[in-house]
Amino acid sequence: MHLSSEEIEILRIIEENHKLPIQSIALMATCSEDTVQKTIDKLEQAQIIMSYPTLIDWSKVDGQENVIAMIDVKVTPKRGVGFDEVAQRISRFPEVSSLYLMSGAYDLSITVEGKSMHQISNFVSEKLSTIDNVISTTTHFMLKKYKHDGVIFNSGSDDKDRRMVVSP
Amino acid sequence: MKHELAHYLSQTAKELQPSGIRKFFDLAASMEGVISLGVGEPDFITPWSIREATILSLEQGFTSYTANPGLLELREEITFYLERRFGVKYDPSNQVIVTIGASQAIDLAFRAILNHGDEVLIVEPAFVSYAPLVAIAGGNPVPVATSPENGFKVTAKQIEAAITEKTKAILLCSPNNPTGSTLTKADLVEIAAIIEKHDLLVVSDEIYAELCYDEDFTSVASIQGMYERTILINGFSKGFAMTGWRLGFLAGPTELVEVMLKIHQYTTMCAPHMLQHGAIEALRNTYPEVVSMRNSYRRRRNYVVQTLNQMGLGCHTPGGAFYVFPSIRSTGLSSEQFAEELLIQEKVAVVPGNVFGESGEGYIRCSYATSMPQLQEALKRMGRFLETKGVTGDPSPKKVNTH
Repeated sequence: MHLSSEEIEILRIIEENHKLPIQSIALMATCSEDTVQKTIDKLEQAQIIMSYPTLIDWSKVDGQENVIAMIDVKVTPKRGVGFDEVAQRISRFPEVSSLYLMSGAYDLSITVEGKSMHQISNFVSEKLSTIDNVISTTTHFMLKKYKHDGVIFNSGSDDKDRRMVVSP
Repeated sequence: MKHELAHYLSQTAKELQPSGIRKFFDLAASMEGVISLGVGEPDFITPWSIREATILSLEQGFTSYTANPGLLELREEITFYLERRFGVKYDPSNQVIVTIGASQAIDLAFRAILNHGDEVLIVEPAFVSYAPLVAIAGGNPVPVATSPENGFKVTAKQIEAAITEKTKAILLCSPNNPTGSTLTKADLVEIAAIIEKHDLLVVSDEIYAELCYDEDFTSVASIQGMYERTILINGFSKGFAMTGWRLGFLAGPTELVEVMLKIHQYTTMCAPHMLQHGAIEALRNTYPEVVSMRNSYRRRRNYVVQTLNQMGLGCHTPGGAFYVFPSIRSTGLSSEQFAEELLIQEKVAVVPGNVFGESGEGYIRCSYATSMPQLQEALKRMGRFLETKGVTGDPSPKKVNTH
């Protein structure tokens, strides 16, 4: 889909912070509030704006820590639909938070989130491995998140404003 | 000692005015919960690859002096950069010096060209260092006031009116601190004619060159007839978010650069070695980050200019840097009163315009190099402050006038 430079500008602004009021976005992009609203509506409908998730560091919340695993999956592609059919099938499981087709030693890279290692191993052994086209799985448990979606976790004082209050 | 210590001080040094910003800084720094629009530097941290390259150079032991004008490799990168971005060609072997910030480059320029009593035109409102540096070098700074009607851009006429027999040079700073006004190619062509007619030198502070939002930056050195009379000064502080590194450079005609190099080698020897490696990385590989920072400033500029105008603080749309310079005349307060009352009442720090020269009276400098949430909160507080002063704005949105 071809977008105007104004539409791209609006996307760039909300990509960084979708909580900005429409009014502020309009001022930043130097267009009317109406244009911002219509652009956002249009791009939501076109599924270019997919959703507005919030990045939460659950590891900081007692009792809410998730176990996350990245799983390399080898599958047999199917004539006519290639990898799409099996990939879509796997992506429907709510435990799967991301799924990509990869080049290289394996085919699909899956991120799975669960409450415990037990829950994830259940998912792998009972659901994932038993799918017809799945040949093999290799599960890597994530030990610690340092950066996710461009955001550095636990950066400590790294992003503290160290500037003097007033300078020439 | 026979005399008071003051007796031993140089007359020139004694007569230097303390920076008006200092007083205000002390007040703001003593308060809690202040949102500052008074900061004259980027809110970004230096791109990681530049920091990483510098760490690597330390690990590898690059701790010696470098050649006086800086590493040849860096000077080469600087000349590639100046040609690529602004279309001006210099020879890295004898036309470029790496300096301790653009500030040292300005100091070198004045020391190299001024005799006692020579006049230097300083376009005002202006960065606080220019006039004192002229005075320290023995010259007389002559302010050339600009007006808001022309977006604080200096005109050829204003320059000509200030020229005397003693005028030796003019200092241009575009985009300008504190007004953000930016001279276009057409503006510069007009100014160049006067400069040539009166046979002046130009000291061109181009430190904000990478922060131009509406059209590409034009260096005065690229205007016909100006190259041989321009000392071009730039650096890494603003565009590359490297203020604390104190790394700048100058480029100019060989005859002038040779003399500046003499002064540079006696006063400073060279810029820090390991930091020069960071600067090489900056020029080679971080342009996409410069563009992304520029875009971020541009959006915030649009937001702040329109919001201030709506609130009743009229301001022109600055073409560059990260400052807006609104008029506060509608409040009936002086710049200092406004800044002080705003700070005490609403804990928002801005810089009173008069610290940038007499023609800045009636204005304040607001920096938008701070996060959107902070800007939103600061402007909300300013709106509240203005209401107590009986200033009501016009909430209908105005289009940003980009020329």
